[in-house]
Amino acid sequence: MSKLSVKHLLGIKYLNEADIRLIFETATQFKEVINRPIKKVPSLRDITIANLFFENSTRTKLSFELAQKRLSADVINFAASMSSLKKGETLIDTVNNILSMKVDMVVMRHASAGAASFLAQHVDATIINAGDGAHEHPTQALLDTFSIQERLGDVAGKKVVIIGDILHSRVALSNIFALQKLGAEVKVCGPKTLIPKHITSLGVTVETDVKKALLWCDVANVLRVQFERMSASYFPSNREYTAFYGITKPMLDALGKEIVIMHPGPINRGVELSSEVVDSNQSIILDQVENGVAVRMAVLYLLAANK
Amino acid sequence: MSQKLLLSAEDLRIILFRLACQLKETHGDFAQTLLVGIQPRGVRLAERLLQILHQEYKVANAQLSKLDITFFRDDFRRGDKVLNANINSMEVGVEGKRIVLIDDVLYTGRSIRAALTAIDSYGRPEEIQLLTLIDRRFSRHLPIQPDFCGRQVDAIQNERVVVCWEEEDNEDAVYLVNK
Repeated sequence: MSKLSVKHLLGIKYLNEADIRLIFETATQFKEVINRPIKKVPSLRDITIANLFFENSTRTKLSFELAQKRLSADVINFAASMSSLKKGETLIDTVNNILSMKVDMVVMRHASAGAASFLAQHVDATIINAGDGAHEHPTQALLDTFSIQERLGDVAGKKVVIIGDILHSRVALSNIFALQKLGAEVKVCGPKTLIPKHITSLGVTVETDVKKALLWCDVANVLRVQFERMSASYFPSNREYTAFYGITKPMLDALGKEIVIMHPGPINRGVELSSEVVDSNQSIILDQVENGVAVRMAVLYLLAANK
Repeated sequence: MSQKLLLSAEDLRIILFRLACQLKETHGDFAQTLLVGIQPRGVRLAERLLQILHQEYKVANAQLSKLDITFFRDDFRRGDKVLNANINSMEVGVEGKRIVLIDDVLYTGRSIRAALTAIDSYGRPEEIQLLTLIDRRFSRHLPIQPDFCGRQVDAIQNERVVVCWEEEDNEDAVYLVNK
């Protein structure tokens, strides 16, 4: 019987290939479960999970909550905007107070990189990182790679380009780790101002011409331009970004091959992707969302088993 | 570790034919019946029965689904074992059907309880019956009994009943193994 090598999911960096494959196998079974007339299994019925979102989220939070409910866990939700954090309570105090209510697992999103690791060292609960600053977003990378495997049969040997705002993206870093561990080749593409300086030390290549990048790849994972994280001007205007990096249907048609288009959402329609591309058969954006629930169920299940 | 042969290949063959015959007697042309093998070991038994029903008794309607009960087990997080899931293959609807659950060994009854809950998530069957090759009587934790049974076995707690199949274990046989 196989089990995960980790007690917490803090980042893809800490997983090995066998862990990722086990998560995929389990997620495949859960995907069957969530397509049944009754989409619920009793596995986590004696577990309470706190979702702590110190930063806004719509789909990750919904997806986690749905995954937890499908597994019969009890769920409490916490949004920073309505909490005592505003009154000056520290992170550890907030979390320990919640844990006193007998919580077994914590799913946390936080604006600071390393927040999940910090928590894992200081509190007695299983921690799942749902995004820490511009560091990692492991479940997103798992569902992205799972979706690639589902569409293309395998991740190994595939060429994947991550396009857009790499600098502010936790999705990019987690994806790079996951894709490399599964044997894919990774390239990042975007304006030079949005590409971290030493990114090639991770073993990825850099391309600034989006047409060349598309021609090279089997899969394009297009990231959202994160306006809310930008403290300075990284490019002159939205229009200029779209002119240089926006992906349109004619561009894809001109490639002479069919590549897969992914996006972690929320999409800025008409900025990084044209509406026509979003709604085309090449896009697996909605599959990513469905797989998100199954993959998160697998993560929760396997971590709960690793008590 | 010592082991004792409970059923030889020939014993097993006779029992499989008898069980298939009993199924045909009860379910006729199988128009409303669905065989459901419990993953992983019950499926092998179910496949053998299906083969006999198709080939020997010419019941063309007999269909088999595979049910995985991992996520419905009551011992999750209660032992050192991580419970890894198997494939579900429940393409045929269970709504209104007469279900025959099939497993190799009936022991505590807990797997069957899990299977009854798991079946529920696919719909509401008309009825559910239970077929097991081996019934370890006096070992039950729950009030569950088979409707069709290959052989009753009296075994003590530290003995294990092992069912071997030609396809996986290179022989058809049932052993009583001392743990």
